[in-house]
Order: sequence, then structure tokens, then C-alpha cells
Amino acid sequence: MGASWDEVQEGMEIPTLEKNCSTQQLVHWAAGSGDFYQIHYDHNFAEATGLPNIIVHGALKHAFLGQLLHDWVGNEGRVKRVGCSYRGMDFPDEDIHCKGVVTRKYEENGEKLVDLEIWTENPDGQRTSPGSATVRLP
Amino acid sequence: MSDETQESLITDEMRASIGRESEPTTLEVDKTSVRMFARSVGYTDPVYYDEAAAQAAGYRSLPAPPGYLGTPVFNPNKRSARPQGVLEPSRPLKRVLNGGTDIEYLTDICAGDILTSISAVASIEERKGRLGEMLITTTKTTYRNQDGEVVAIMTGTGIRY
Repeated sequence: MGASWDEVQEGMEIPTLEKNCSTQQLVHWAAGSGDFYQIHYDHNFAEATGLPNIIVHGALKHAFLGQLLHDWVGNEGRVKRVGCSYRGMDFPDEDIHCKGVVTRKYEENGEKLVDLEIWTENPDGQRTSPGSATVRLP
Repeated sequence: MSDETQESLITDEMRASIGRESEPTTLEVDKTSVRMFARSVGYTDPVYYDEAAAQAAGYRSLPAPPGYLGTPVFNPNKRSARPQGVLEPSRPLKRVLNGGTDIEYLTDICAGDILTSISAVASIEERKGRLGEMLITTTKTTYRNQDGEVVAIMTGTGIRY
């Protein structure tokens, strides 16, 4: 069961989604998304481009935020928009906390909608992928 | 902020490319690709794996998870169209970063759908930041399904520096 619009309040935090990518997950994502850029799985390649390590794909963090929202709204709700910027790098085997806060609750064209501020947070508490989203709730 | 002593990084060719639509790309959404995408993100909701669960939840078939907009149909004998965002600036820039992704969903996308996407550069800006000279290109891609309905609009931000 997902969230219900009546119970949502502006300012409320939604349940955090915890992620921590193994290198295997990054390879899996490469196949699932079709992004085979080597900085995401080949350590030597990543270092040669000046990176300290292989890095988590930005689009995977965007997809994590999509899961954060889907898992909250359930299948009677819908994720209507997900947007984020890639401001900081995340690395394999480090926690990525995916979070969201309700910023607005409203009705539009007969739909019960909620806007959220969403972000991924690294172990130092920095927001590496800040963004915003809109969901529809039952 | 552009430096007055230097010419713009943005060439006339780049300016002329703004708004020009790409050739369409065909993308397939199928059950195997939905499962693979959902698994790679880490979803446990059965609607992304089990067709009966998806239909019980009201979907036509496995729904595409947020972020999944089909898989381009691969043809080794056809070179993919060069994205317009990679026209060379007036001075060479070495590195590329993905700056961000924004996707608006207008209706459900499910396994069995065949999508057609058309992209266009929406804006090109230059800035000086902590990375030095940066060129920021936003590209808007519209996805339609087999019935011609717009199902999603993706805005991607690319940074070259």
C-alpha cells in the first residue's frame, strides 16, 4: 500500500531509501540502462581520466530517486516527474541515502498531486543529487 | 559570464542547431528489459517482474520503472545519429559531465510499447565556474508511443569543460 493524499502534509519527510552500490550493481546498471562509459566499471580507465575511483552513474541516482518515489506512492499513485542535478560524485560501497520532503500538496485537473524536494546524500551529509518531483496520490 | 577578451565558445553552427529536431529513434519496451532495469536499480515491487502482479495492479503489462524509456533498437550496420549537443565549440573542451536529468511522465509506459523519440537542443550557455570554462547544453527529448501519444519528456543537461 502506498501513501494516501489525505494523510500527506507539507513539510513531511517520506521514508528514506538506502542504497550502497557494489561494483556488480554498476555493471548491472550499465547493461540495464545501456550506459557503458568505462568510468563506471573500469578502475584504470577512471583513474586515467583523473577520477579517484570508479563513480556511480548519475542516471542510476536519478533512478534511485524514482524508486524512492514509486515505493512511497505505490501502484495506485504515479510518479509524474523526477528531476535532479548531479552535483557530486558517489562511489561504490558507500552509502547513498535517498530522501524526500513534501513541499506542496494541491489538486490540479482533478488529480491529487504532491510536489517534493528530493535528493541523494553521501556519508558526509552532502546532497550529491538535489532535485524535485511531482507525484499523484490516491 | 563570458570573458570579453575571448570569443564565445558557442559557434554559429551551434547556435543554428538549437531547436533543430533529430531523426527519430525507435525504442522497445519489453518484459526482459523492464526486469533487467528494475533489478539493476534494486526494486522489489513484483509489478516490475511478474505480469500477473502488474495486471492485478491495473497495468497492461510490466510497467517501465521511472528512468526507463525503452531500449534503442540496435543495428550494427547503421551508425547512430551524432547527437547535436556535441558540435565542437570554438575552443576545445576535453571533458564531459552529465549535469542532470528531468523526466516528465504523461501516461503509463508498459512492456509491449514501442516508443519513438525525437531530440532537440533546447539551450546552450557558457559559464565560468569552479571547473573553468564550461559549456552547458540542455537537450529535450520527446517520447511517443505506438498510438502517437506523448508518454514522456526528458530534459538532459550536459556539461563540457
